[in-house]
Amino acid sequence: MYNFNHHRPGSVDEAAAALSGADDGKLLAGGMTLIATLKQRLASPSDLVDLGAIADLKGIREDGGAIVIGAMTTHATVAGDASVKAKIPALAALADGIGDAQVRNCGTIGGSIANNDPAADYPAALVGLGATVHTNKREIAADDFFTGMFETALADDEIITAVAFPVPEKAGYQKFANPASRYAIVGVMASSGPAGVRVAVTGAGPCVFRLADAEAALGGGFSADAVTNVGVAADGLNSDLHASAEYRAHLVGVMLRRAVAAAG
Amino acid sequence: MPTVSMTVNGRAVTGEVEGRTLLVEFLREQLSLTGTHVGCDTSQCGACVVHVNGESVKSCSMLALQADGAGVTTIEGIAQNGELHPMQEAFREHHGLQCGFCTPGMVMSAIDLLNKNPSPDEGEIREWLEGNICRCTGYHNIVKAIQSAAANMRG
Repeated sequence: MYNFNHHRPGSVDEAAAALSGADDGKLLAGGMTLIATLKQRLASPSDLVDLGAIADLKGIREDGGAIVIGAMTTHATVAGDASVKAKIPALAALADGIGDAQVRNCGTIGGSIANNDPAADYPAALVGLGATVHTNKREIAADDFFTGMFETALADDEIITAVAFPVPEKAGYQKFANPASRYAIVGVMASSGPAGVRVAVTGAGPCVFRLADAEAALGGGFSADAVTNVGVAADGLNSDLHASAEYRAHLVGVMLRRAVAAAG
Repeated sequence: MPTVSMTVNGRAVTGEVEGRTLLVEFLREQLSLTGTHVGCDTSQCGACVVHVNGESVKSCSMLALQADGAGVTTIEGIAQNGELHPMQEAFREHHGLQCGFCTPGMVMSAIDLLNKNPSPDEGEIREWLEGNICRCTGYHNIVKAIQSAAANMRG
C-alpha cells in the first residue's frame, strides 16, 4: 500500500473541505473494498478522508413512510435493526447476507453503493425498492444513481449522507451467492408498494438493472406463478469463471421466482 | 507522522503510525501483541480477528487510524487472572485446534457470536464462521467447542 495523508473529520462539511483540498482525495467508508484495493496498489490516492468519526452519518430512523439509513451505517446494524426488520424484512435479510460477520461489522451502505460493484447486494435493494440517495448536495433517485460498472451519478466532491427506502407492502430478495465471497452471482429484489411494482437484478450484468417484463407481469398479480415464463437473454450479461452469461440468464428467472415467493 | 491512541486490552496506548499502517501491524509490530495472526491479508481467512468497540473485525483490513479512540481487545486480553476465557478453555477441552494458526481469530469471532446470540444452534455457528477459515480441523471440534462454551457461559 502506498502511503497517503489520513483525515478524520467530525462533520460532513469538514469532510467535503478535506476532499476538495486534496490533490487526489478519496473517501473511506468501511474500507471493505477500498483497503483491499489500496493493498494491491490498484489505487494510490494522495489523501484518504475517513468518514468513520461523523456521528451524523450513522443510524436508522423512520421518517414518514420511509426508513432512512445513514450512509455510514454498517450492514450488521441494518440487519439487526428492529424497525428495518419490522418494516422491510427483505432489506434486513439482504444486509445479513453480505460477506461475513466481520465484513458486516465494518462495511457500510454508503460505501457499497458509492463503489457500485456489479455483484454487490445493495444496488438491488435501492433500485428494487425505489429508494432515494441523499447527498450533501442533492437527492438522487436510485434509478438515476447507478450509471454503469463501478460508476454512479456522484460528482467527485459529493458525499452520500443517507438512503431513504419507502416501506413496501411486499418485498423479497434472493441471491445465488458465490460460495467463497457471498457476492451475488445473481440477486433479485422484487417489491410492490408506494414505488410501484419493481424488480431489480444485480450480479448478472455490468450494473444493476430493472426487469420491465417481470414488473408488468407482477402488476397483474404479485405471485411467482405470474413470472413463470419471464426470463432474460444472455446477451450483455457477465461471464466469468464463476458463471457463464447463459447460466446467469437462467439464474435471473430462478432468483426472480424465489424472490417473489419470499415476498409472500 | 500521525499519532494514534486507543485502549488495547484495558491499557491506554499511543503510537506514531503512517496513514497506511494497518491495525494488525500496529498491534503486532508496535505493541508486540503477536497473538493476532495475519493469514491471507485479504480479509478472507479471519486469523486477524480482534474486537473494536466490542465488535469483531478483521484487523488486516482496518487502518490503525480508523481505530483511533477505540477500545480494542485481542486474544491476549481475554484470559483473566491467569484463568483462560471459557471460550479458550472450550477449544482446549474439545480439541478445537490442530496447528493453532486460525485459533486466535476463531476464538475472538466466536466470543462476538455469543455476545449477540448466547444460544446458537449448530447451523448458526457454522454460518457465523463463514469468515474464519481453518485448514486442519474440518470445523467439527470448533463447532463443538463453541457449543460447549455457550452452555458454560450461560451458566
